[in-house]
Amino acid sequence: MSDALLSVRNLTTAFAIESGSTIAVDDVGFDVRAGEAVGLIGESGSGKSVAALSILGLLPTPPARVLSGSAMFEGRDLLKMPAKELRRIRGKRIGMIFQEPMTSLNPVFPIGEQIAESLRLHERLGNEAARKRAIAMLDRVGIPSASRRLDDYPHQLSGGMRQRVMIAIALACDPKLLIADEPTTALDVTVQAQLLDLLNDLRRETGMAMLLITHNMGVIAEFADRVVVMYSGQVAEEAPIETLFDAPRHPYTQGLLGATPTLAQTEARLRTIPGSLPDPAAPPPGCRFAPRCDFADAQCAAGRPTEIVLAAGHRAACRRTDATAAWQTA
Amino acid sequence: MADLALTLFPANARRTGRKLLRNRAFVAGAFLVTLVFLAIVLAPLIAQYEPNRMQIRMRFRPPSSEFWFGTDNLGRDMFARVLYGGRLSIEIGFWVVMLNAVFGVTLGALAGYFRALDNPLMRLSDALMAFPSVLLAIGIAAILGPSTSTAVIALAVVYIPRTARILRASVLVVRELDYVHASRAAGAGDWHILWRHILPNCMAPLLVQLSFVFAYAVLSEAVLSFLGLGAPPTVPSWGILISEGRSYIREAWWLTVVPGIAIAVTVLGLNLLGDGLRDVLDPRMKIQQE
Repeated sequence: MSDALLSVRNLTTAFAIESGSTIAVDDVGFDVRAGEAVGLIGESGSGKSVAALSILGLLPTPPARVLSGSAMFEGRDLLKMPAKELRRIRGKRIGMIFQEPMTSLNPVFPIGEQIAESLRLHERLGNEAARKRAIAMLDRVGIPSASRRLDDYPHQLSGGMRQRVMIAIALACDPKLLIADEPTTALDVTVQAQLLDLLNDLRRETGMAMLLITHNMGVIAEFADRVVVMYSGQVAEEAPIETLFDAPRHPYTQGLLGATPTLAQTEARLRTIPGSLPDPAAPPPGCRFAPRCDFADAQCAAGRPTEIVLAAGHRAACRRTDATAAWQTA
Repeated sequence: MADLALTLFPANARRTGRKLLRNRAFVAGAFLVTLVFLAIVLAPLIAQYEPNRMQIRMRFRPPSSEFWFGTDNLGRDMFARVLYGGRLSIEIGFWVVMLNAVFGVTLGALAGYFRALDNPLMRLSDALMAFPSVLLAIGIAAILGPSTSTAVIALAVVYIPRTARILRASVLVVRELDYVHASRAAGAGDWHILWRHILPNCMAPLLVQLSFVFAYAVLSEAVLSFLGLGAPPTVPSWGILISEGRSYIREAWWLTVVPGIAIAVTVLGLNLLGDGLRDVLDPRMKIQQE
């Protein structure tokens, strides 16, 4: 796809461990088009964060190492870029926010200072101009009386406020893409909803694209245009949001949706997927989901399934998509 | 010292300040250190006599209302000599602390942040720390010849590895914190991260360490001077006063005891100050307090 803002292909990242190495992200590919919100969903340990950090070159090397793949962003490969140039893209063209707002701000500087910092780094703004922009940013992320809050220290703000500050920092230089790594996981449900609204508004205003990493189906449903489901370091299924919820074809996606509580639910217990994520150091030889899959046959365990394109923008890495088509929401 | 802590930790300044004032060790230490500093700075106003003015007829006077700390073998006023002598001791301590702050912080930060430098730098500091500290200082002072700057250099070399080690340990912790990762994701470079995000958050243990280094430096300088390896005897530091008084210890005890007390009070004050700072600033100590 040529209209993609970010185009990741065959990304493989490994971590060195005592007994050799373990593949955390295995041959992952996806696109993020300009202005689009893409959800990257998966359990803890499915490799979704590692994939995002690999793209920005933020993993500590060693132990991590990107073995192969490409990540084309605005026509240039982020994975092959010299560190210095990549640094100019981080925070300027691609913003990032993290999971832990309580600890992601430096406790010894006022928040205004920390917003101004990225403006000074990337746009060489003077103190006065940076301060003005910082006030505007705080105002934009919905912090009341921004000019007074500017000189507050992080410990004077609540978790939700701090995450708003983090968003202000990430968006200060008007990035084309925002990567949000579980941005609401550490917050109350009501605050979560407010922040998601805020991010949606900001996306509409600025036209930036967004890659949202989460394990929360509800957040994805509210937010994403398209979803990439990851399982054990690989892409299991990719689909537009409606398709994913109405007609998922990968048994893992179906299992995830089956395990999500709904208001209409009458069963006392949630359905769960039996078993647990395979050991990344010794994954099953064939389809990684096969040991937990209701549809799996002998061939599934033998070889890695090829991706099947089911419709435009809908693909699944499963051999038995014919059998999974009968799936119905409970 | 309290003011310094406040400007370094503005985020929790008021709370930290209040806790420091409630800490008895810190208050006692600050009192003693302030007392010593005032006495030394105001020496020309307090002392009635010139420190080097000889009054041969007044030799070996015991402490009295006229000569508070007595007189020495040449009839010089010990009160003035101790006050002026303290200037040199404190000055040497100050410069040792400054050298520690500059080089200890630089080496510790480099070793903690750039992992490739860690091993060479820390093995070097291990080698220096393997010597007993006073022995190493004596060795260096003996090679360079006795002078004030020799004493400063010798003591700095002894204590810099210790400061570097403490800073390295803090840097190792802070470099893994979320806000450092966040800053890297915002496009900050290594030096920027080190200077803006890591070092300011390593100030607490550094401050504590430097207050101890000050105390050790005053003490070790006295040892070097006593052994004739410190400042030349024309400038009486506390160590030299003790060294000179030693010959008359039976006839005039005050010649050794008074500068000894001066050293003890200063070192005690600095140690209490450091203990108090550590109790309040060290996160591991906080758990016990709160």
